[in-house]
Amino acid sequence: MNPYYFASIALILIGLYAILVKRNVLKMLVGLSIMETGVNLLLISVGYVSGRSAPILSEGITPDKAVDPIPQALVLTAIVIGVATTAMALSVVINLYEKYKTLNVEEIRRLRG
Amino acid sequence: MVKRILAIVFILIIGLWMAKGLDQVPFGEDRMLVGKYYLEHVTEETGAINAVTAVVVNYRGFDTLGEVTVLFIASTGVAALLWRKKRKRTAKKEGSVVLTTGAKLLLPFVMLFGAYIFIHGHLTPGGGFPGGATIATAFLLLYVAFTVYEIDHKIFEPLEGLAGVGYVTVGLIGLAVGGYFLFDWIWQSWGLGKENIGRLFSAGFIPIIYILIGLKVGTELTGIIDNMVKEPEEGGQ
Repeated sequence: MNPYYFASIALILIGLYAILVKRNVLKMLVGLSIMETGVNLLLISVGYVSGRSAPILSEGITPDKAVDPIPQALVLTAIVIGVATTAMALSVVINLYEKYKTLNVEEIRRLRG
Repeated sequence: MVKRILAIVFILIIGLWMAKGLDQVPFGEDRMLVGKYYLEHVTEETGAINAVTAVVVNYRGFDTLGEVTVLFIASTGVAALLWRKKRKRTAKKEGSVVLTTGAKLLLPFVMLFGAYIFIHGHLTPGGGFPGGATIATAFLLLYVAFTVYEIDHKIFEPLEGLAGVGYVTVGLIGLAVGGYFLFDWIWQSWGLGKENIGRLFSAGFIPIIYILIGLKVGTELTGIIDNMVKEPEEGGQ
C-alpha cells in the first residue's frame, strides 16, 4: 500500500462525506470538487514511476527514463471537463438562490410546491 | 446525528473496499505497452518532444475536439441558465488602490504568459487548456478590480466561434490530404521542421491546434466569468 493511494482515497472520502452530510448546496459542490481532485491524484499516481522524469524528451531524457504519458493526458482531459461541469453546477446554484433565497436543501424541498 | 453516523459508516465501508481493491495494484512499475510505444515513436511520428501534448493532440485529437465541444456546451449552458432580460454588473465598490494598480500593471504580462504557455505547448509542460485558463484569469482580474469593465461581446463571440471552426477546418484539411480526419498534414505530408525538432517551429500542426484551443478556452472561460458576475437589475427579473 502506497502513501499516494492513501492520500487520494482520503480525498475521495472527505468529498463523499461532504456530499452526504452537508445541507448547503454550495458545500456539497465543494465536496464534489474535492472528490474530483482525489480521483485525478489517484490516476496520476498510478502512472508515476519513482526516479523518472516528466515525458518531455529533451536533453538526456530517453524514452526509458520518462514516465507513461497516458495517465497525464487523461487527467488533463478530466480537469477541463471538471471545470466545465463545476461552472454549470454553480450557475444552477445561482438560479436556486435567486428563486428561493436560501441554499439549504431541506428548506428548498419544503418551499417547493 | 443518526444521519452523520450512518454516513461515516458508509464512508468507512467504501474506503475499506477501495483500499482493498487498490492493494494489489503495483506502484512505480512500467506496465503500459501503449505508453511505451508512444514514448519511443513520438518524435518521429509527430515531431513533438512533449509526449503528453502529442497524446492529447495527435493520437487523441478527436477526443480533444470532443472535450472542446463539452466546454463550449457548458459555457452555452451557463449563459442559458443565467439568462435574464436585464442583467448587468451591480458591483458597488471599486477595488482598492493596490488591486486596481496591480491589475493595470500585470494585465499585459498575464496575457503574455498565457500566450507563451499555449504557443510552447509542444516543448514545455502546458498547452492550450492551461494557457487559455491563464488568459481568462487576466480578464477575471479586470472584473474584480473595476466596477464598470465588461468584455466586448462583438469581438469575443466571433473569436470563440472562429477558433472552434478553425480546429474542424484543420481536421478537414487532413481528411482531404491524408484520408482521415485530423491527419497531421503539416508533419506527415509536408515534413516541415524535420531538422528542427525541439525548437519552436516544429511538431506539425500541434502549435496551430494549441493556439486555436488556447483562444477557445480563454474566450469560453471569460464568457463563463462574465455571465457569473452579472446580477439581475433591481425589479428587472
